[in-house]
Amino acid sequence: MTVRSAVDLSVDLGFLRLKNPVLAASGTFGYGPEFEPFLDPGRLGGFVVKGLHFDPRPGNPPPRLAETPSGLINAVGLQGVGVASFCEKTLPRLRGYKTAVIVNVCGADTEEYVRVVEYLDGHEGIAAYELNISCPNVKAGGACPAQSPAATRKVVAAVKKRSRRPVITKLSPNVTDVAAVAAAAEEAGTDAVSLVNTFLAMAVDVETRRPKVANVYGGLSGPAIRPIALRMVHQTASRVRIPVIGLGGIATASDALEFLIAGARAVQVGTAGLVDPRAALDIIDGLEEYCRRHSLQRLSEICGTIDVR
Amino acid sequence: MRLDPTAKITNKERWGGYHLLILESPDIAREAVPGQFLMIRVAYGSRPLLRRPFGVHSRSDGSLGIFFKIEGEGTNLLAGKNPGETLDLIGPLGKGFNLGLGEEGEAHSGAPALVVGGGRGIAPLAFLAAEMRKNGRTVKILYGGRSRTDIPLKDRLKAEGGDLVCATDDGSFGFSGLVTDLLDKEIQKSPASAVYACGPEPMLETVNRIAAAAGLPCELSLEARMGCGFGACWGCVRRIRKNGAESWVKICEDGPVFSGGDVVWTVKG
Ligand SMILES: Cc1cc2nc3c(=O)[nH]c(=O)nc-3n(C[C@H](O)[C@H](O)[C@H](O)COP(=O)(O)OP(=O)(O)OC[C@H]3O[C@@H](n4cnc5c(N)ncnc54)[C@H](O)[C@@H]3O)c2cc1C
Ligand SMILES: Cc1cc2nc3c(=O)[nH]c(=O)nc-3n(C[C@H](O)[C@H](O)[C@H](O)COP(=O)(O)O)c2cc1C
Ligand code: FES
Repeated sequence: MTVRSAVDLSVDLGFLRLKNPVLAASGTFGYGPEFEPFLDPGRLGGFVVKGLHFDPRPGNPPPRLAETPSGLINAVGLQGVGVASFCEKTLPRLRGYKTAVIVNVCGADTEEYVRVVEYLDGHEGIAAYELNISCPNVKAGGACPAQSPAATRKVVAAVKKRSRRPVITKLSPNVTDVAAVAAAAEEAGTDAVSLVNTFLAMAVDVETRRPKVANVYGGLSGPAIRPIALRMVHQTASRVRIPVIGLGGIATASDALEFLIAGARAVQVGTAGLVDPRAALDIIDGLEEYCRRHSLQRLSEICGTIDVR
Repeated sequence: MRLDPTAKITNKERWGGYHLLILESPDIAREAVPGQFLMIRVAYGSRPLLRRPFGVHSRSDGSLGIFFKIEGEGTNLLAGKNPGETLDLIGPLGKGFNLGLGEEGEAHSGAPALVVGGGRGIAPLAFLAAEMRKNGRTVKILYGGRSRTDIPLKDRLKAEGGDLVCATDDGSFGFSGLVTDLLDKEIQKSPASAVYACGPEPMLETVNRIAAAAGLPCELSLEARMGCGFGACWGCVRRIRKNGAESWVKICEDGPVFSGGDVVWTVKG
């Protein structure tokens, strides 16, 4: 038997230490228990619970999904159980997971974000909040606070004032200058930013001449968006000091490494996990293998080491 | 529910655009009940990206059969797979049929369960019929398609020893007309205990109406685009009535089989 020296995959976000940099992304990991048949959640760096509003939400009518080349358009519309049911029925189970549980917080307005956070603050077992100010599927035309630095600042500041937990702000790619929005979130006190949420998109059924998702527009995710997401993560990481969590189309360890090298401190895996529920674990194994191959003792050494000379 | 990344294809048959694959996957086969489905990865790259759902069509000795029709890129790729190759499966998924539906009713006891399949909708019903017969229940299969080439399993289903009546829209085989017209006729003619159906949406809606009018309990297997198949993405919803209230319900988890009376066909507002 060969004795292999341990590789340290852990990352320190300052406000939160993760055993490895791979998190499952919000909305693609359900509330968590859905993945129990496939993996031990304790192996993940963490996972982000599906977006929660204060009250239960009905969601959009179907069809909610359309497949495009290497991509998925979704218009689920944040159907969900609401905070009370989540805290009572799901959270106790998640407390048994040996990993960071991050809750994706949604709101129709600033007051709702604050109410959701205040409610969750009263319950144990949550490592941080991820403010979803970037969902394209709720308002007509896909408008959301993350499309303007001013609106972002307002929501983040209001939540930071009340929250007893660290706050990650999730940014929208449907903007001209994502780094400017990230900077606004940083000024307002966010502890980290995560990007990207989905790209506002559309597909048409030419036989019926109807949009393929009933909501007309939906959010595009999956490998199709990866190069654009990566560019945005690089721009953001070059601009802000707070940790950047990168996501968008990550399906393999090599994809994850691109984001880490470009400046992300951690990554999230979304759509890939719907297709292969063990994708995040394969990525973690691949990162370890990469470290061995490159004789790295700590994976975090490579974060932001991109050579753009 | 489990992942089997290497289910071996052991046999393959083809009738025009319809295909049958036999997959060796002992654990999934052991757990599967009629009406449940599998999510199959048809390509390792990202084209197509998502797995495709297929009902369990048959089971024997640690193997499962799927029966499918080529509809697009994914089913086309699947049809190109050959014995010896492996497929990545998740299953068995969802909730299946109630095999004892309508058996409690004194009035109908002993009368056959009617199993109504339209086109590729026959897929999960063949497994249902086989299991019900194993339990000693009398089953009559009504199998419909556009033309005789759309009911390729007719000889096999007949050989399996069951009562089978076929219908084709163009009259090229069996009853001339829709399988729902055939169902109407059968129900008028002789007693039945329950109706089970899978097929195109308009067919299911009509089956449900006919069963309700005849006072027969009815279960339908529905379809929707699926992102995951195991309840994580909330992409596959249908309008379902539960305890008097309507909501969007995940068919991969609470279905794909629903009681006909619970399905809301036209959503208001
Ligand atoms: C629970 C369930 C069980 C199923 N069981 C069977 C089965 O046993 N045998 C069988 O032949 N088919 C079955 N289907 C349908 C089958 O999954 C689709 O035909 C297949 O996914 C189409 O993939 P494709 O890439 O070939 O077509 P695509 O190119 O993706 O689409 C071609 C056409 O099929 C439609 N379609 C795509 N996906 C679905 C879907 N999930 N449900 C309904 N229509 C769809 C599209 O709208 C389009 O019109 C089942 C579907 C569900 C939801
Ligand atoms: C079905 C689905 C549901 C999603 N729901 C949420 C959500 O509730 N909150 C959120 O912040 N992002 C949500 N997202 C966005 C993902 O978390 C992620 O940002 C996006 O899909 C890009 O990553 P990916 O390409 O790895 O999937 C959802 C994505 C999908 C596909
Ligand atoms: S297909 Fe993902 S929840 Fe049903």
